[in-house]
Amino acid sequence: MYQIVRKKVFSPTLKLMDVQAPDVARNVKAGQFVILRMDEMGERIPLTVADYDREAGTITIIFQEVGYSTMALGKLEAGDYLLDFVGPLGEPTDVQNFGKVVCVGGGVGIAPIFPIARALKEAGNEVISIIGARNKDLLFWEEEMRAVSDRLYVATDDGSYGRQGFVTDILKEIIEQEKVDRVWGIGPLVMMRAVSEVTRPSGIKTIVSMNPIMVDGTGMCGACRISVGNETKFACVDGPEFDGHLVDWQLAIRRSQMYKDEEKRAMAKGQCGGGCGCH
Amino acid sequence: MPLIKDKTPMPAQDAKARIKNFNEVALGYSEEDALKEAERCIQCKKPGCRQGCPVQVNIPEFIARIKEKDFIGAANSIKEYNNLPAICGRVCPQENQCEKYCVVGKKGDPVAIGRLERFVADYAMANDSAKPQRIPSNGKKVAVVGSGPAGLTCAADLRKMGYEVTVFEALHVPGGVLMYGIPEFRLPKAVVQKEIDTLRDLGVEIKVNSVIGKIETVNQLLEQGYDAVFIGTGAGLPYFMNIPGENYNGVYSANEFLTRVNLMKGYLFPEYATPVKVGRRVAVCGAGNVAMDAARTALRLGAEEVYIVYRRSKAEIPARHEELEHALEEGVQLVLLTSPVEILGNEEGWVTGMKCIRYELGEPDESGRRKPIPVEGSEFVMDVDTVIMAIGQGPNPLVPTTTEGLATTKRGNIVADEETGQTSLEGVFAGGDIVTGAATVILAMGAGKKAAQAIDAYLKQKSNGN
Repeated sequence: MYQIVRKKVFSPTLKLMDVQAPDVARNVKAGQFVILRMDEMGERIPLTVADYDREAGTITIIFQEVGYSTMALGKLEAGDYLLDFVGPLGEPTDVQNFGKVVCVGGGVGIAPIFPIARALKEAGNEVISIIGARNKDLLFWEEEMRAVSDRLYVATDDGSYGRQGFVTDILKEIIEQEKVDRVWGIGPLVMMRAVSEVTRPSGIKTIVSMNPIMVDGTGMCGACRISVGNETKFACVDGPEFDGHLVDWQLAIRRSQMYKDEEKRAMAKGQCGGGCGCH
Repeated sequence: MPLIKDKTPMPAQDAKARIKNFNEVALGYSEEDALKEAERCIQCKKPGCRQGCPVQVNIPEFIARIKEKDFIGAANSIKEYNNLPAICGRVCPQENQCEKYCVVGKKGDPVAIGRLERFVADYAMANDSAKPQRIPSNGKKVAVVGSGPAGLTCAADLRKMGYEVTVFEALHVPGGVLMYGIPEFRLPKAVVQKEIDTLRDLGVEIKVNSVIGKIETVNQLLEQGYDAVFIGTGAGLPYFMNIPGENYNGVYSANEFLTRVNLMKGYLFPEYATPVKVGRRVAVCGAGNVAMDAARTALRLGAEEVYIVYRRSKAEIPARHEELEHALEEGVQLVLLTSPVEILGNEEGWVTGMKCIRYELGEPDESGRRKPIPVEGSEFVMDVDTVIMAIGQGPNPLVPTTTEGLATTKRGNIVADEETGQTSLEGVFAGGDIVTGAATVILAMGAGKKAAQAIDAYLKQKSNGN
């Protein structure tokens, strides 16, 4: 069992948890993910690591409540336990001194971009970060990101905080004005696709972190397959980071919809508390 | 006494009823059945059956115990050689092993050794509450990576020799393919659980959620005080055919499909949170045991038509005979001498059909089977909405790619001595599917057993040398 030692609520649907998992915390690196399971009947939920504390033996996860399982996860409190918590999974970020890099975090993608920006900063890069969300309530870790960045830009879709617009608007301006050596973009699929399209014309290598439907996370099931440069890859063992210019985004978006109907059924069950026999 | 030519039949759930549930299909012998079948064994002085068993169970002896109605004694006899008898009695391909060499089989059916094994194992589970005697520790520690049949066997044997054994399992339950791969209707999970509990009673420590290669490498395990490591990480990487459309929604690897159902209880969705989707018409590509499991599972999930699509003929089908028979009884249809060339989909990316080509059989190839040759211009489209790829699995890469100095083959299998499991690294042994490629539960157990003996010999020699 893995105890939740801290919970922070950013907004009604956006939550942070520190989970006691010393074996994971010991070896985890930026870019890797964990899979957790709340209870016996729960799904295996993959989440990219937002932060870690090797001494305290904790892993920080930040998640948005988008479906039945993440909503149920959001109801847990500090002191509660998760049944399973496995990791670190996937390949870590390739951290080198590239020169000048831009780290773009969209929505809940701000969480996984944070340790990457920090590692890139520690490796000697000039780090420009752009974070954005639909609105102010969904924005978090501005100060944390600022602390690991040489420059930080903030955007909200509705203009409720920072600049009004998309993270890609800011990215576009930056790459028009200065030479950038590498870009990381993490967030919703459409946002990562947009980031990749912005950098494509200038050929700036752009890394995205894919979070497809997954079951075991160790290469065993093949559920997480995506197409990169016309080759099938398993995001869990070959990734989760890939060259955004080579990802087949249409396929990735389609595959992410695979269980949309089932998700609705599960949500309906969740809303009436289940066990009512009405579904 | 006149010899009875036919095997005592195995009671089974009626086919029409069983495709509506996940309960076990074969119901097991009654005492009466077992006694009757045991009488067919002529107690050969030189038992071929025993040579045919990868773990050398003393078959004549355990059958003799059955004849004496000493069922617990029979179970204990098996357990001297086989730590997982209730599992082997259910899933071993006996027709190619022990029963293949049975003398009685020369003039009729061989003795139903597998069914008898299952009977005594089940009897002992239900009636023998004695905990195994715990062997005191000899102070040496062995790490076992992977808790499938190879790892569990190796762990149990080493623990019985006095070693302190820790088994590392990547998933949240131990058992490997026994838990995620083989369906409930063929191998009830409660049976696997009980066998694993027995290992825990012996003192084997099992750590779940521990992905070696990520949480720690094999090299680190050795540095941290394990005296030897056994790698039994199995064939956990599904093969696909690399044909167009293979990533459409509705195309599963058999591993994913079976894991969603067996391990995550997808058939109980939404009570259990992991969904599984099965359409009206399902094609399963491949004809091994895994393909049969996937096809029969699809039927139970409500598919109207389920096809096994296989590029050779019925004679070459690699699945166990009994599994094929059960599948056919349940209504699974064979589409032989056929292989997919493309999966067709709609605008939203869902499978709408599967384009196939017909094959004919030519001369025998290097496998000794007649080589399938595509028939030009024979393409046709199968009307299916779900495709399950069951064409085999490769070695899981996590351990081979993270273990410094470990020699692997071009395909990514670990190079290990067939008799000992010794790898290119001192103190590191390997066995089961990670070495041989996808095979059977019992062969993996045989490899685990040999490795346990080799690890014991290695550690004894090492302590003598020091």
